[in-house]
Amino acid sequence: MRIQVNVNGESREAEVEPRLLLVHFIRDTLGLTGTHWGCDTSNCGACTVHLDGEPVKSCTVLAVRANGHDVTTIEGISSGADLSLLQQGFSKEHGLQCGFCTPGMIMTATALLKSTPRPSEDEIREAISGNLCRCTGYQYIIRSIEWAARQGAPTQVEVMP
Amino acid sequence: MQVPAQFEYEVAGSVDEAIGLLKRYGPESRLLAGGHSLIPMMKLRLAFPEVLIDIHELDGDLRYVREEDGALRVGALARHRDLLESPVVQERYTLLADAEKFIADPLVRNMGTVGGSFAHADPSEDLPAAFIALGSEVLARGPRGERTIAVEDLAVGPFETALEPDEILIEARVPSAPQGSSYFKVERRAGDYASAALGVALWMSGDEIEEARIGMCSVGSTTLRARGAEEVLEGQRPDGELYRRAAERAAEECDPPDDARGTPEYKRDLVRVLLVRALEQAVDRGAP
Repeated sequence: MRIQVNVNGESREAEVEPRLLLVHFIRDTLGLTGTHWGCDTSNCGACTVHLDGEPVKSCTVLAVRANGHDVTTIEGISSGADLSLLQQGFSKEHGLQCGFCTPGMIMTATALLKSTPRPSEDEIREAISGNLCRCTGYQYIIRSIEWAARQGAPTQVEVMP
Repeated sequence: MQVPAQFEYEVAGSVDEAIGLLKRYGPESRLLAGGHSLIPMMKLRLAFPEVLIDIHELDGDLRYVREEDGALRVGALARHRDLLESPVVQERYTLLADAEKFIADPLVRNMGTVGGSFAHADPSEDLPAAFIALGSEVLARGPRGERTIAVEDLAVGPFETALEPDEILIEARVPSAPQGSSYFKVERRAGDYASAALGVALWMSGDEIEEARIGMCSVGSTTLRARGAEEVLEGQRPDGELYRRAAERAAEECDPPDDARGTPEYKRDLVRVLLVRALEQAVDRGAP
């Protein structure tokens, strides 16, 4: 089946089998290997990408399901050496060790900060509860996300009129 | 690498088209909604449909959570997240939000659908148990028209429903909001299926329980309604001794499997403990 997917703002077309999973389309067909392929059972979240702006586990989505839709991968959230605030946060606050979970963590956190610019620690923990990390114990990841939220959010709490 | 076996793929542009495709391809075809139960089962070759009929383009018709004339209507393509974040659900159908907090994780809840959790008919699925407790029915549509099915009658066995192969779920309906409701679950890991879980909803008349509904999951070959425990409660004033009698009855009504999530005795004991807690919370929430 011929599909057309808007990947990181660019229209990409390919002939795929219906059973091809989105994670393999991204990695193998498009060569975007920043999205990691982990547990293959929708548990670990290493394969998290945005489908129409929402974070989803791409090992459990068919590539054909994305036909005509928008997909954003870790390659799409910054350009070259200009890291996004979250990427900077993970660097400054040591949010990664082996790095395997990091692209998925950052995609999930990017969606979180878009909907909740100043999340509480509980909100961060809940948001990343579908992304597993076996190195950091999560504390440094939470600090990394908090760092990015501090940079990106207004210094004063806005009060509704 | 886990990849599903080969299948044909169709996209339905309308509910009628989906029904037409189900009719054309027959029992070896399956609807694909969020796919977060079906695709993992296809990867493991526990399911191998010959045709998948993708209904995600029907969001415009089937993705909604709204209260109309005192009844809650939840479209089959409403995502788990839609239920969890709905203000009317949080306020008036609280046990649905309670249950949703336990279901998988936020990423899965972005894709998984309410209709999918009914049609999949996993005996460990939380939502059917929660909807049973709310006295709900589902609306199904097929070539012969529409019909409603009580949620407790929808699953007829593990992963098996009363739906005909050419019927599609349209929505779940809760006829009236209870005064108080609550859902409790024990899971071995965050986001896992339950060792045992149950929901209770109470419709009060003054300080008496006029109607009680209880739904349970992971403690039988389908999600279950605890009718005997409901009878213990109805017409009575809430108190601890009553809760314990109802819980004892509910534990007798279930038939938990012996599996990695626990022994039948352990799960029955969970039912005893969880129903008392759920009743206490439902009564607290319903107190004027």
